[in-house]
Amino acid sequence: MTSPEQDDTRHQIEFRSVTKTYDGGRPAVDDLTLDIERGKITVFVGPSGCGKTTSLRMINRMVEPTSGRILVDGQDISQQKAAELRRSMGYVMQSSGLLPHRSVLDNIATVPRLNGVRKAEARSRAQELLAVVGLAPELGGRYPGQLSGGQQQRVGVARALAADPPILLMDEPFSAVDPVVRAELQEELLRLQRDLAKTIVFVTHDIDEATILGDKVAVFAVGGRLAQYAAPEEILRAPVDDFVAGFVGRDRGFRHLSFQPGADVAIHPVETIEVDQLADPTVSVRSPWTLLVDADGRPHGWVPQATRGGITRQADAVPGGSLYTRGDTLRRALDAALSSPSGLGVTVDDDGRAVGVVHAAEVFELIEAARLVRGRADHNTAV
Amino acid sequence: MDWFLANLDFIWLHTRLHLYQAVVPLVLGLIVAVPVAQFARLNAVVGSVLLTGSSILYTIPSLAMFVFLPVVLGTRVIDPVNVIVALAIYAFSLLVRATLDALNSIDDGVRQAAVAMGYTPVRRFLTVDLPLALPVLFAGLRVVSVTNISLVSVGALIGVPSLGTLFTDGLFRSFPTEIAVGIIIILLLALILDLLLVLAERLLTPWTRKVAVKGAPDAEIMALQAEVAGS
Repeated sequence: MTSPEQDDTRHQIEFRSVTKTYDGGRPAVDDLTLDIERGKITVFVGPSGCGKTTSLRMINRMVEPTSGRILVDGQDISQQKAAELRRSMGYVMQSSGLLPHRSVLDNIATVPRLNGVRKAEARSRAQELLAVVGLAPELGGRYPGQLSGGQQQRVGVARALAADPPILLMDEPFSAVDPVVRAELQEELLRLQRDLAKTIVFVTHDIDEATILGDKVAVFAVGGRLAQYAAPEEILRAPVDDFVAGFVGRDRGFRHLSFQPGADVAIHPVETIEVDQLADPTVSVRSPWTLLVDADGRPHGWVPQATRGGITRQADAVPGGSLYTRGDTLRRALDAALSSPSGLGVTVDDDGRAVGVVHAAEVFELIEAARLVRGRADHNTAV
Repeated sequence: MDWFLANLDFIWLHTRLHLYQAVVPLVLGLIVAVPVAQFARLNAVVGSVLLTGSSILYTIPSLAMFVFLPVVLGTRVIDPVNVIVALAIYAFSLLVRATLDALNSIDDGVRQAAVAMGYTPVRRFLTVDLPLALPVLFAGLRVVSVTNISLVSVGALIGVPSLGTLFTDGLFRSFPTEIAVGIIIILLLALILDLLLVLAERLLTPWTRKVAVKGAPDAEIMALQAEVAGS
């Protein structure tokens, strides 16, 4: 007789009704059941306090679950020695976590050395890994404090790979570096993964990063609830609820637009209908898309003219896209327009009340105009 | 000067005795303080009791301690062991706090990383925590070494020979030269010991001096700047 979890070798890590509660408070992780596929990148994403890091840390027993079981290769990890379990999994953390008193090579060689590999052997393997993560060989003799943030993260990845573990745990590894370096590191990770095919569990609060890296994405909600677990395309296309829709919408778009002010975006009026009016069939809508608002004027999704008759409650409305706060960046404006089912970016004031909509085409015009100005400036400085 | 040259043997003997009574307690205090501090770190209640206790120990006047210890230890009053034990107690009380500060100064991210790598607790303490605690720990050691050098001389009051003997003797004979020689040699001893500790720290913590050094402009940053300028 084999238990059901041992039958399926596709799954490397299995959470079985795992709950973590700290000192009788509300659960940090609430009844999590999740299968993590072998050789794939699984991303845990969610706002802070959603239990994503706690969940990650339970995989290598840095945190012990209050109840439930975690299986790795079908084996209950609570039956294994913590230190040995951890050596069988690479771990990369946010602030690289390199040992400041050890040279780069010795840092990379840490886990093989703990496993009893001879120093010379461990170091020569570490030297090879420097090249694998795209670092110059002469950096091996330096101390971590002499490296840039991006280089430190690369060393962190090399260290995690040193003992060739089947599993890599990555806890917001790229969130402390600037956006350009982050994009590079993400690309490198994908390149490495094509060759190595590790089982990677990656924690981030950045939905862009999650969709770029993840073969599968687990969206966590505050309170440690797993809101949705699916391929990234599916999460973007069909968020299961308002929480996922809001979370997914918030950070989409292009990062460089985050640096361009959106004060010039034209805000157009939009027809609205109040939540209280939904149940009343005599209140009709004239526009193809009408914005649903509550008594305070806060937006709650859209009512399409075509299906007005079928929408009698707030829950029936089509979930809205991200919101554009008047005066925020072009990225937010464009994102609001692109993520909105109506194509109209809902614009709100500082109190969250709907004040109108923005059109993607007009945002694009502003982006184009800004690009022209920047092009001229570059040209002038070059001459 | 004549007195100094004429009494070289006497002075040399007392210098060695002085150094011995200062350094041995320093080492003893350190050996006890490090594990105790780590234990205190792991247990908050023990930690606070210990810190208060060690502070109280330090407030006991040294002379009282020298007189009191023979009763406890069963030694003769003029036995150098009394001085050594007394100074070891002072060294311990200062070093336990210094060690605690030193261990607490370590970036928690580094400690977490070491746990995640699969260090066992003992190995982590010896090969990660302790080396990283050295810079702060050495600051504490330097304070205690100077304190010990000066405190040893108090033992002369109860008849334990050290450079302090030059003070009591000089005072008794109303001979200021002897007192001056004693002061100068004690100052020199404190200075030399401090230099040795600085040297040892430099040898043991090579990484601390290389952190601020940034060599040639970082290729990654240059590439980044080029990218930003080109966009």
